Amino acid sequence: MQGIKVIFRKELADHFSSYRFIIIFALIAMVSLITAYMVGLNIRQQLEGVAKPRFIFLMLFTAPGAMFSLVQFVAFFGPLVGLILGFDTINRERNEGTLSKLLAQPIYRDVVINGKFLAGVAMISIMLVSIVLVITGLGLLVMGIVPGLEEIWRILIYLVISIIYISFWLGVAILFSIIFRSTATSALAALAVWIFFSFFVSIGASILGNALAGDTPQSDTAAVVRQARIVKAVQLTSPMKLYTDATATIIDPMRKSTRSIVSMGPMENLSMARFSGPLPLSQSILIVIPYLISLVAITIICFAVSYMVFMRQEIRSM
Amino acid sequence: MNTPAIIETHELTKKYNGSVAVDHISFSVGEGEIFGFLGPNGAGKTTTLLMLLGLTEPTSGTARVMGLDPVRDPIKVKSKIGYLQENMGFYPDLNAVQMLRFIGELNGLSGSRAEERIRSALEAVGLASEAEKKIRAYSRGMRQRLGLAELLIKDSRVAFLDEPTLGLDPDATNRMMDLIEQLSRERKMTVLLSSHLLNQVQKICHRVGIMIKGRMVAQGPMDRLAKEKLGIGPEQYTLEEIYMKYFQEA
Repeated sequence: MQGIKVIFRKELADHFSSYRFIIIFALIAMVSLITAYMVGLNIRQQLEGVAKPRFIFLMLFTAPGAMFSLVQFVAFFGPLVGLILGFDTINRERNEGTLSKLLAQPIYRDVVINGKFLAGVAMISIMLVSIVLVITGLGLLVMGIVPGLEEIWRILIYLVISIIYISFWLGVAILFSIIFRSTATSALAALAVWIFFSFFVSIGASILGNALAGDTPQSDTAAVVRQARIVKAVQLTSPMKLYTDATATIIDPMRKSTRSIVSMGPMENLSMARFSGPLPLSQSILIVIPYLISLVAITIICFAVSYMVFMRQEIRSM
Repeated sequence: MNTPAIIETHELTKKYNGSVAVDHISFSVGEGEIFGFLGPNGAGKTTTLLMLLGLTEPTSGTARVMGLDPVRDPIKVKSKIGYLQENMGFYPDLNAVQMLRFIGELNGLSGSRAEERIRSALEAVGLASEAEKKIRAYSRGMRQRLGLAELLIKDSRVAFLDEPTLGLDPDATNRMMDLIEQLSRERKMTVLLSSHLLNQVQKICHRVGIMIKGRMVAQGPMDRLAKEKLGIGPEQYTLEEIYMKYFQEA
C-alpha cells in the first residue's frame, strides 16, 4: 500500500494551501478564542473569594461565553468543517480528468479514497488539537488555574470523540462527492443532511413521540416515561445527538442526566450545588461507550457505502 | 513483423447497459511498433484502451499486455503502460516537476533517482525551461509534451496515446509526432496511437487498425490495405483514402 502514503501527503499539502481551509480555520480559531477568553474572565469573577470547586478547568469548554459554549460550538459547526473538507473530494478530480490519471497508475482503487479520507481526518485532528491547546493556554493565563490529571484525561477523550464525530461528516461529504457529478450538488446535499439532523430530528422526535404515545396525562407516569423513551430513541438517530450525549458526561462530570446543554443557563452551570458529586472518570466512560460505538459504527457504514459505490463505478463515465 | 506480440486481444467485447461499445475485436501489436488506432469519435477506441489498462472489465473476450491479463493483474499492467488520456488530467496548481514527482511516487520512484529522471524527461520533451511554471499556465501543446514526460518517468515499455494531437497547432502537432517517433525508435517503446490526423499517422505508423461502431473493420500495414481496398500500390495512396473507403462501407 505504498500509494496511500503518497496520496495522503498530496492531499494534506493541498488542504494546507487551500484558501478554503485557511478561512474556516481562522473563523473557528477566532470564535474559540473569544469564547474562551470571555468564559475565563467570567469564571474568575464568579470565583472571587470562593474555594475552587473541582473540574473548574473543564468549565472553560462547557460554560457559555457570549452565546454558546465551546462544546456547543463544536457540536453545531464541527460538521460544517467535515463537509467543507470533503464535499468535492472525488467529483473535483473527476471533472478535472485527474481521477482516471490517478487510477491509471499502479495503485488499487480504494487507496484513493482511503488516502483522501485519512488526510481529511488528519486535518480535523490538527484543527481540533490546536484549538484545544490554545484554549487551554488561554485558560491558564486568564484564570490562573492548572488542569488536574483527570481533567486532562477528560479533555483527551473529548478530543477523540470530536475527531470521530467530525470524521463522520467528512465521510458523508466524501460519499456525496462520489455519488454526485457536480461539486455544487454534493455540497448542497451534504448541507441538507446537516440541517436535517441539526434541526428537524429533534422537532420530529417530539412530534413522533406525541403521536405514538397519544395524549398522556401528566399523572400517568408510565405513559410519560414511554413517551420520553420514544422521543429519545428518535433523537438518537441524529449523529449530533449521539455526539452531544457522548461528550456531555465526559466534559461535564457534574451532570448526572443527559440533559441538553442548550437548555442550561450560565448561572445553573456555575451553581455550587452541581459540584457536590461529580461522576468518576471510569463511570463517565462507561456511560459514553455505547454512544461512541454508535458514532464509530455510522462512520464505518458511511465509509463502506462510499467504498462500494466507488468500486463499482465505471471509469468510462469518469 | 515477426517480433513477439506485446498487446494481444481476442474477441474483446464491452457492453454498456445493452449497447455494444466494443464488438469482438482481435488484434495484436508487436514490440517497438507504432500502431495507428483509427476510427470516428465514439467508435470504442478509448473503451478498448481502458480495457487493456484494466480500468474497465471486458464483458467477454481476453486481452494480454506483455503477457499479463489486465483483469487479473491490473496493478502490474498499469505499472508497465503509460497512458496519455484525451483530456490529459493534470493538477492545475502543481508545476511540472511536482506533477512528475507525484506520478513517480505513485510508481514507487523517489529520492535522487526520481529527481534525475524528472530532469532528463523534461529535457527530452523540451520543457526544462518551463519546469517551475504552474500547469494552469501551460498551453495545450506543452501539456501534451508533459504527458510524454510522464511516460518517461514511468519508463513505460508500452504507451497508449489517446488523441495526443487533439487541438494542437500544426507546428506543435509536428513536434509531438516527432517526439513520439523518436521515443519509439530510441527506447523500443510500443505505441498505440489514436488520432484523426491521418497524414501524420501515415508518416509514423507501421500498421493501422480501423475501428468503426465497435468493430475492427481493417488492420494491417497500410500498403496492404491500399492494395486490397483501392487496388493501388505503395507511394500512390493516402491513408485518408483508405479510411474514407472503409468508413463509407460501414
